[in-house]
Amino acid sequence: MSPIIKLTNVCKSFGSLVVLDGLDMEVAQGEKVALIGPSGSGKSTVLRTIMTLETISGGEIEIDGEALWHMRRNGKLVAADEAHLRKMRSKVGMVFQQFNLFPHWSVLKNVVNPLRTVLGLSAQDARARAEELLALVGLKDKLNAYPGNLSGGQQQRVAIARALAMRPRIMLFDEVTSALDPELVGEVLNVLRLLAHEHDLTMIMVTHQMGFAREIADRVLFFEKGRIVEAGKPDKVFTNPDSDRTRAFLNAVLQG
Amino acid sequence: MSLIYEARWVFLEGILTTIKITIAASLLAFAMAFLAGLGRLSPFAPLRWLALVYIEVFRGVALLVQLFWMFFVLPFFGIVLDPIVTAVLALGLCNGAYGAEIVRGAIKSVPHGQSEAACALNYSRQQALWKILIPQAIPMMLPPFGNLAIELLKATALVSLITVHDLSFQALTLQQTTMRTIEPFTVVLAGYFLIAIVITGLFRLAERQTNARLGRGAR
Ligand SMILES: Nc1ncnc2c1ncn2[C@@H]1O[C@H](COP(=O)(O)OP(=O)(O)O)[C@@H](O)[C@H]1O
Ligand SMILES: [Mg+2]
Repeated sequence: MSPIIKLTNVCKSFGSLVVLDGLDMEVAQGEKVALIGPSGSGKSTVLRTIMTLETISGGEIEIDGEALWHMRRNGKLVAADEAHLRKMRSKVGMVFQQFNLFPHWSVLKNVVNPLRTVLGLSAQDARARAEELLALVGLKDKLNAYPGNLSGGQQQRVAIARALAMRPRIMLFDEVTSALDPELVGEVLNVLRLLAHEHDLTMIMVTHQMGFAREIADRVLFFEKGRIVEAGKPDKVFTNPDSDRTRAFLNAVLQG
Repeated sequence: MSLIYEARWVFLEGILTTIKITIAASLLAFAMAFLAGLGRLSPFAPLRWLALVYIEVFRGVALLVQLFWMFFVLPFFGIVLDPIVTAVLALGLCNGAYGAEIVRGAIKSVPHGQSEAACALNYSRQQALWKILIPQAIPMMLPPFGNLAIELLKATALVSLITVHDLSFQALTLQQTTMRTIEPFTVVLAGYFLIAIVITGLFRLAERQTNARLGRGAR
């Protein structure tokens, strides 16, 4: 089966800093992939380029067999325009470390408004879908609360519901528990566990929760300096990695 | 004091004129501030330049010179404007140029994560601007806009120099006709102060309203 995400020789630099250095990566439809690796190794940048929050300096990203940053016009490959990017973005959703809820809207509106504005759903349909997803993440009783009055864990669960409501085929999670107090991590991981059972949903998670990655990932990618140093089944990568650098990283993380 | 009482209608006319000009020019200033502030943020380069030229010209030239130019020079080009219209135009355009930076600054100070979340939810640029960035920027604009309105009020005193019968004009006239100085100018001072207090109060109220609507009231 052709991969739903395919990165070919992707390069990304910020000025003279090379962050992604000819990255090749494939993710199959429905696969749950965990990205691990030291801070600054380019994990967020990978997710952000897939979400089109960053442009790429070279190479190509394909989503669902279609180029992300290029499109065909009169048989020629040209730079993607806004319409193409919006079409591609509709397949991808992202959850951020800092939640990024819209503080001027209630919890319900945070989920309903994008459905109304972007997908053009009717008020009733949007509300029904929003309530369903907020129930899924356990926040049915917080519909009218404002983000500023929620705990970090609750905010992150709203953010997950908001992204899921758009029905993307791919969900990107960038260290979604890193900004949380330790006692709130579990409630967010539980939601992710639930999603991991969604057979068709493709998930890429950047995480420092090694136990969690091992538990739900189909595949673990170890990143260093903008390259994949090691990729494999979690049991293999976490217990008997091929690369010494993976081993060194895991030792450092598991001890720290 | 009887002098003041006899001249009450003159003062009242002056105060009303000053209030009218302040309101009309403030509305024009806020409209121009939004147009130029959004223009500065436009992805479309000619719009950005146009906004920049407007802002720099009207910020760079003294308001008095703008007033005189519109009032005394434009007629040479066949454009004759009513003094009040001239006053509103000059005050509105000049303060709009300052306001543009307020609008731009407020929108830019909305945390970057908000635009990123909007993009990830597939909002278009315009949708993100109007539904997510601007609603969060407006509460930040209100205090500086309040200051701008007060500055504008004070600057209206200049319009007496192009024959508008505003509060300052009436005081000058009374001083000349009655040969008294203390009373007319004290009344004028109190008049401006009272209007300024009302403006401050209105903006405080607006701030409280928007903050409540942003759900911050419950915090
Ligand atoms: N917008 C940016 N401008 C300049 N440098 C950046 C920017 N975003 C990320 N970087 C740099 O790119 C490198 C990789 O960042 P990132 O992808 O966030 O790493 P990770 O998520 O693995 O910690 C880091 O050195 C970071 O400082
Ligand atoms: Mg990161």
